[in-house]
Amino acid sequence: MTELRYLAPGTLDEAVGAFAAAGSAARILAGGTDLLVQMRSGILKPGVIVDIKKIPEMTAIEETADGGFRIGAAVSGMALAEHKNFGKVWPGVLEAVNLIGSKQVQGRASAGGNLCNGSPAGDSVPAMVAAGAIVTVQGPDGRREMKVEDVPAGPGRTNFKPGEILVSFTLPPRPPGSSDAYLRMIPRTEMDIAVVGCGVSLTMKDGTVTSARVGLGAVAPTVLLVEDAAKALIGSRLDDAALAKAASACSAACRPIDDKRGTIAYRTKVAGVLLKRTAAIAAKRATGK
Amino acid sequence: MAKVHVTTTINGEPMEFLCEPDDTMLDALRGPLSLTGSKEGCASGDCGACSITLDDRLVCSCLMLAVESEGHEIRTIEGLAQGDRLHPLQQKFLEMAALQCGICTSGMLVASDALLKKNPDPTEEEVRFWLAGNLCRCTGYDKIVRAVMETAAEMRAQ
Repeated sequence: MTELRYLAPGTLDEAVGAFAAAGSAARILAGGTDLLVQMRSGILKPGVIVDIKKIPEMTAIEETADGGFRIGAAVSGMALAEHKNFGKVWPGVLEAVNLIGSKQVQGRASAGGNLCNGSPAGDSVPAMVAAGAIVTVQGPDGRREMKVEDVPAGPGRTNFKPGEILVSFTLPPRPPGSSDAYLRMIPRTEMDIAVVGCGVSLTMKDGTVTSARVGLGAVAPTVLLVEDAAKALIGSRLDDAALAKAASACSAACRPIDDKRGTIAYRTKVAGVLLKRTAAIAAKRATGK
Repeated sequence: MAKVHVTTTINGEPMEFLCEPDDTMLDALRGPLSLTGSKEGCASGDCGACSITLDDRLVCSCLMLAVESEGHEIRTIEGLAQGDRLHPLQQKFLEMAALQCGICTSGMLVASDALLKKNPDPTEEEVRFWLAGNLCRCTGYDKIVRAVMETAAEMRAQ
């Protein structure tokens, strides 16, 4: 039996080196709210744990010069909620991140971990997709950027290359009249896994949608960017016909499974319903009404 | 397995202990540190019975490696009372019978204390949402929520 080694490097280069050297036996530790459960239940027996929280870039929230945000991969939900500006600019991303688990889990769990865990039902992922977040990853071959929607490869899998570590999310600057929202369907009010999750980001001018992005979760093997739904919203005043078209596009994009939380038919229908509700919240925030 | 030496601060006191690299903070508290007030309910972050604070942030000690406490500040239920003087939350839980079997109680108290430090005047809804990660199978929660509300009111009046 291999011994577990715990490493907490202070620089990203050291972390990448240690992570790549240990190969498939290594796991990255951010908040640990998924990793420790997997270890405890015996699903996972890592040989090396690389704790990334001593790397300043991983736990930093920065407002970029152009008005965007850069969020380190290990920033906890509670830290993001405590930031004075983030929730004003990206209320949908924040509400999605803050839906993950209890207050105790919020103290540790990160959007980075949520993405890397690869769950199709991760709450923060559809909101990040709607936000148009770009992720920075670093590996043995250096740094690269990816669209957040290109990260998930399937349940529990990502498109990162061996040895690559998620470093941060970059959210773009917001034009005036922009906002976002995230809703998930669960059969109770708290502490559950999404049956369907929907993130919508809108920019509006004089009541008309000038740009839109829609992310859907828990309805396919990966979180989806639903471009047809966004197209149906752009140019509209969010009238019933446009919302119905966007809702149909969401339902059409669904490739869900039947499980104890919801049937295929239910998830497909709810995806459309949630689109309408989420778009209404995003629009209300964007227009200040 | 080689033990790891950890230096940390627990309830304001510098502490050192030895642990396995895969021990949780809860394992360390209840084992080498002999602080058994934090309870193991689910060991998967669902029940909150092991709640502690890490640098003043509420966390489940079962979801944290003991080695991660190196250089950080931990607070546990053992740090809530001042000597023989109970914390107002502890006193109120007793007066209002906000506990029955007691397994959830230390987690409820640590979580409630974290809430009142952040928000001294919470609404009932805020208390209920804050304590959503602390499961109690005895009380039905009502007495706990009322005890927290009443403690908050008394602490604000002082």
